Amino acid sequence: MRSKVNKRYTRRNSKLTGWRLFGIYALLLVIAVPFLFPTWWMFTASLKPIEEVFSFPASLIPNDFQISNYAEVFRLQPFLRQYWNSMSIAIVVTIISVTISTMGGYAFARISFKWRSKMFIILLSALLMPAEVTLIPIFRLMVKSGLSDSFFPIILIPAFGAHAVVGLFLMRQFFLDFPAELEEAAEIDGLSRWRVFTKIALPLSGPALASLAIISFLYSWNLFLEPLVFLTEPNKYTLPVVLPQFTDTYGAPIFNVQLAATSLSVIPVMIVFVMAQRHFIRGITMTGIKS
Amino acid sequence: MAAPVLLGFIFLVFYPVVSVIRDSFTSYNPLSGDAAFIGTDNYTRLIQDETALEVAKNTLIFACILVPVNMALALFLAVLLNMHFRGRTTFRAIFFSPVIVSTVAWTIVWKYILQDDGPLNYFLGLSGVDGPNWLRDNPFPMISVVMVQVFKNLGMNMIFFLAALQGVPEEMYESSEIDGANRWQQFKKITLPFISPTILLVAILTIAGAFQVFAQVLLLTGGGPGLSTTVLSYYIFINAFQIFDLGYASALAVCLFIFVMLLTVAQWQIRTRWVFREV
Repeated sequence: MRSKVNKRYTRRNSKLTGWRLFGIYALLLVIAVPFLFPTWWMFTASLKPIEEVFSFPASLIPNDFQISNYAEVFRLQPFLRQYWNSMSIAIVVTIISVTISTMGGYAFARISFKWRSKMFIILLSALLMPAEVTLIPIFRLMVKSGLSDSFFPIILIPAFGAHAVVGLFLMRQFFLDFPAELEEAAEIDGLSRWRVFTKIALPLSGPALASLAIISFLYSWNLFLEPLVFLTEPNKYTLPVVLPQFTDTYGAPIFNVQLAATSLSVIPVMIVFVMAQRHFIRGITMTGIKS
Repeated sequence: MAAPVLLGFIFLVFYPVVSVIRDSFTSYNPLSGDAAFIGTDNYTRLIQDETALEVAKNTLIFACILVPVNMALALFLAVLLNMHFRGRTTFRAIFFSPVIVSTVAWTIVWKYILQDDGPLNYFLGLSGVDGPNWLRDNPFPMISVVMVQVFKNLGMNMIFFLAALQGVPEEMYESSEIDGANRWQQFKKITLPFISPTILLVAILTIAGAFQVFAQVLLLTGGGPGLSTTVLSYYIFINAFQIFDLGYASALAVCLFIFVMLLTVAQWQIRTRWVFREV
């Protein structure tokens, strides 16, 4: 009896083999198609002449390579400028939101102040707030103060709004799991709260800060509703706003050029992800694990 | 130290919620310059608005398909990818990868794939299936919007579930095996209860997300054909930022807000029934 249990127990921990393994691979490969195919198709179709995009039979690899689609992206739109807009906004948002959510997360984890837990619960409600609910008054406010067609709301909303609360939530969790002894020792040595935070807690939270930075960058990079509502000049557009606008004079999309622009917006992020995916997923698991 | 986030919350979440409630009692419209207090007129209009009724129905249909499909598939993949075999990290990365792609890019590509003469129907044709016009023939447009959203965000839930599964102590399986439990019984009696707090969290986040779906609808179907894929968040967008009927849009937004909050409170209330342990 005992030996049989041990055998099964080891099987759970050891690697799968044979038909079971084959079955799992087959199943996973089938499920993987809708996750992988779009990226493949986006990239290959972006290199095809327009007639080939919907040609019969559909080609998985372009028959005719037409690199000029990519040049066309920059001719139809101030794409370099728009790329830079997305990039610079995302960098500013990342810096601000990482800074303030880390400070906030630390405060909620370590410093006791009046109404701390009540405040925390109220803050959490922001996680569930649909953007459509808060956007109308913010829009009104921005129009009134003449800031509507600027980067101001596009930076302000993701950096300080509901997304900063997500960051605060993750960082609070991280600092709660962080051993307090080090900090207590430093405090006995007479360091102020702020010095303990900057000299001891911060230098040891590298991985958590990195995953928070990635989440913030992607959040801003992919933001759509807010830039769509606030930005009206093509020169100020961010990538998600301009991608749907690669159309001819009748408003019909120019397939291959639109897919080239989409590829340009997706591929750098994909490359970074493929290179860092282990850290990436581990970071997100780590910050989300105790949620 | 918490001041910046708290200030941000007050100005960008709390104040807007209060003022959207206030605006919902006005006829605010920046084009006509109108901003009169009209009492509950917007709400009376909302009850009589047949479009709004249709939209509410669509929103519920969307959420009722999306949430179970997304969570079941995410949990299934998490269980598979929690086993030990070569290449599981690669598969995790594959299923996670759409999360990092912007919704706009993801939707644009899917719009092409789902065209009547697009690659999906081509490959279906190869296997002898005459695929429908996914974005035009009901009920496929709604199914398409749901599935595009499922593939986009499933990876995040999968990672949450994986993290939870890794926290289930191995000894619990061991002792249940001594008692003669099979895999399915173990899953039902050990795994599910153990990860129930994560299931609750994922459910709350997925439901809240389901009510915010916007870019997919705008870019895939434009809410059509007819109204068949117009959901509440998209209807709010149309009323607010295309018709500029901000008063009415505010009333709709208040409804969305109440909807999401009620659902969250309801889930929180029933948690004691099926969440096995508190975190």
